Amino acid sequence: MTTEIQPLSPVSAPVRPSAAGAQQPQARQRPKSPSRVRLRAFGKHLILIVSALAMIYPLLWMIASSLRPNDLIFREPGLLLSTFEASNYSEGWNALASPFSTYLLNSAVVVLGCILGNLVSCSMAAYAFARLNFKGKKWLFGAMLLTIMLPFHVVIVPQYILFSQIGWVNTFWPIIVPKLLATDAFFVFLMVQFIRGIPKDLDEAARIDGAGHPRIFLQVILPLMVPALATTTIFTFIWTWNDFFSQLIYLTDPKMFTVPVALRAFVDATASTSWGSLFAMSIVSLLPVFIAFLLGQKFLVKGIATTGIK
Amino acid sequence: MRKRHESKQIQGAGLRLFPTRTTCPGACRVSALSELGKLRGKGLGAEARDTKAAMVFLGPWLVGLVAITLGPMLISLYLSFTDYNLLQAPELVGFENFTRMLEDSRLQNSLAVTFIYVLVGVPLQLAVALLIAIVLDKGIRGLPFYRSVFYLPSLLGGSVAVAILWKQIFGTTGLVNQFLALIGIEGPGWISDPSTALSTIILLHIWTFGSPMIIFLAGLRQIPIMYYEAAQVDGATKVSQFFQITLPLLSPIIFFNLVLQIVGAFQSFTQAFIVSGGTGGPSDSTMFFTLYLYQKGFGQFDMGYASAMAWVLLLIIGAFTAINFYASKFWVFYDD
Repeated sequence: MTTEIQPLSPVSAPVRPSAAGAQQPQARQRPKSPSRVRLRAFGKHLILIVSALAMIYPLLWMIASSLRPNDLIFREPGLLLSTFEASNYSEGWNALASPFSTYLLNSAVVVLGCILGNLVSCSMAAYAFARLNFKGKKWLFGAMLLTIMLPFHVVIVPQYILFSQIGWVNTFWPIIVPKLLATDAFFVFLMVQFIRGIPKDLDEAARIDGAGHPRIFLQVILPLMVPALATTTIFTFIWTWNDFFSQLIYLTDPKMFTVPVALRAFVDATASTSWGSLFAMSIVSLLPVFIAFLLGQKFLVKGIATTGIK
Repeated sequence: MRKRHESKQIQGAGLRLFPTRTTCPGACRVSALSELGKLRGKGLGAEARDTKAAMVFLGPWLVGLVAITLGPMLISLYLSFTDYNLLQAPELVGFENFTRMLEDSRLQNSLAVTFIYVLVGVPLQLAVALLIAIVLDKGIRGLPFYRSVFYLPSLLGGSVAVAILWKQIFGTTGLVNQFLALIGIEGPGWISDPSTALSTIILLHIWTFGSPMIIFLAGLRQIPIMYYEAAQVDGATKVSQFFQITLPLLSPIIFFNLVLQIVGAFQSFTQAFIVSGGTGGPSDSTMFFTLYLYQKGFGQFDMGYASAMAWVLLLIIGAFTAINFYASKFWVFYDD
């Protein structure tokens, strides 16, 4: 052990045999009796728990407040419920022109379209970049990497003009079609990295058996890249569900509102008169993300275990 | 060389599986940057034999690149030199949109607001993320639980729902003032007061420190424990261990988090939009650049001006990234 670390600490190495050098680290560790260690760990946990609670307190309070009558929301900073007002949920559900289920359904359609689009188009592009040789690959790959960094606002005006001229405003196409065309380039890159980790021998074996690229892609690569596809699915789900800007500009007909746009309309319509139902629908809108997060957590642990990062 | 490459692969594979809002693309962008460097000078040789198949597989992406990204970029560059309101054909006006910006005090104010948001919010958020990551890194029990709780806000933070919550919390009779009232303080209307409104949105940004925290955690695990053992044997204090080992070895990750968060923060929109009710008020104190761009483009349909603003934003983000890369030479330590 000592010989291993010596190169890293050449200065102190000669000192180590002497009393000062040898005893200092020991002196540092000895007095730590088990109870003191435990006390320190306890203190650390206490700080962590308090700060974690402070972090999620607003969310917990929102849940509690969504079950309170409106006037209490402005007077009760605690979490305990004295009364239980489920009516906020039914009121909020029907507060806008259409029941909230309409907006949930619209969001679901958009999200599903985006997930499907990203999975198909990004995996295809990734296969080409990771496994095929073609002219200009270097340049195209570089262009793909650069688009990852591009701010969305630079293209939004012409995109809006384009889609409005096709007559796609107030349809879901302006949100879904870009995903079908693999514009979420970081997913392409994520999958490229993943495919590069799959042994090429598998492709070769399939090729010797007479498989062409479509079959290698569908029957060899795709089944092996399920973890990357799952990651893409979770992210696309959460980002599209939360996305506000593009849904705000493209969806102006209340019937086509997705959840974020509907919530925004709700805020504008009610100002600060019915926070209870506003909170209730906010909770409803956050629930799918929370569920995706729980599923993603499981996936995270699995991912860490399989990739060897402790 | 070979070994180093492998370890990079593993690291990439690990980061890629973190389901975080920026981690994944964060990690992707991190390695995307290094990929860009690798591209230089590496020829493909004569094996351009899969061109046909490549055209099929790349088809959708190529169409997207041309029709959804590059095309619109060029068009918006053209539009930035025109006067265009969607109804009449664009009319070339030269640099008028840009000279208008020099006289537009609301635009200059929106730039100032955005700069304050980025320059205050991003460093604070990263500092908190690093602090918590270091506390969590020391093999603490219940790590998955803490990690989840700290991470959750960064998933929800970009949503309209949380912005609505923020609007209530910092309102005149909001949660914060209710707590202050308990100890006898009458708090101001944080969101209706121009001097505090922006701070509440910065606080919301800091609240979402979870995603850089996860990237930091992954980075901290890459530091060999051997270094700390050696330092301990030599009698180094915890503080000097942090400054001599942790910070230098983590600096590439800090750097990339910084680049990513700055690029992201410049594009923030939802929070300011919802909290201010779409106005950027009070007194334009939360008028982010993107919010002003939205008002100009999609409120007043001044598409030429909005396009010019978008390009200014691109140039600002590009400049910040370039400065970051330049400055990184002086403080980022690569363990090669």
